[in-house]
Amino acid sequence: MQLIHCPWCGPREEVEFHYGGQAEITYPERPAELSDQDWAEYVFYRDNPKGPFAERWSHSAGCRRWFNALRDTHTYRFLGTAKPGEPLPNTQRNTEVRV
Amino acid sequence: MADILYRTHPLENRRAALAELSGRVEGLTVYPEDPVAAVDLRVDPAGPGADAVGRALGTALPVEPNTWTHTVDGQLVWLGPDEWLVTSAGADPQEFERELGWVVSAYDGSAVDVSAQRTSLRLHGGLARELLSLGCALDLRPSAFPAGACAQTYVGQTVVLLLALGPDDFRLFVRQSFAGYLADWVLDAAEEFRAFP
Repeated sequence: MQLIHCPWCGPREEVEFHYGGQAEITYPERPAELSDQDWAEYVFYRDNPKGPFAERWSHSAGCRRWFNALRDTHTYRFLGTAKPGEPLPNTQRNTEVRV
Repeated sequence: MADILYRTHPLENRRAALAELSGRVEGLTVYPEDPVAAVDLRVDPAGPGADAVGRALGTALPVEPNTWTHTVDGQLVWLGPDEWLVTSAGADPQEFERELGWVVSAYDGSAVDVSAQRTSLRLHGGLARELLSLGCALDLRPSAFPAGACAQTYVGQTVVLLLALGPDDFRLFVRQSFAGYLADWVLDAAEEFRAFP
């Protein structure tokens, strides 16, 4: 089983963590002006790349904090983790942030 | 007539089995510990609230992840970047919550009495690390998990708050309802250390 590096607790076993979907989805700047289609894309549409993918994870069995991770969906390798608000490793990504 | 319910330790019915194990296996002592008052404390570690708590408890909050420190009659355990568990063997739980709540309320902090959440199991002796490592994925070697270290992690299938009190001395805080499972897990895992008759 692989170790995931919690930004606070350090390397811990994968079973201690919980997946939280795609990261870096910004809240619409002018939500009142969004069409139904835009809202649907903001709420439900997620990228599904083969390769590096920015994700949210939570250390649910440890410090119970959320953090961001960059994971390669092809190999399942974690390329890096970062506290919320801090930048993830600058790797070539093919995700595009919608809205 | 209604039955009278007396307070008992959640591990009361495992006490005899754990005592028997401790007597049979050299280098391993396991027993349920008496309940302590415990308060979950949340306050900004960089702000003045942390200093105020430090003054009130007589010990600075441990800001280094996965560490704990002593207070006068309890422990101050790091649970998260802005969260600590404060225990006290002598205090009344509600009084303790009120005291700490009064200290941190001025700094947007919170103190919640969680005394009833966890119970603790004490594990010490030369075999303690080896026994724990049978069900815990952490690096438990003394160099990686020395006295003063703590971790919230899995032992077997249950989440525990594991504290290293000394070189071969551990306290396992576990949710009351999972305490029976943990005691059974310890009894089962320790089977291999029993001497053959």
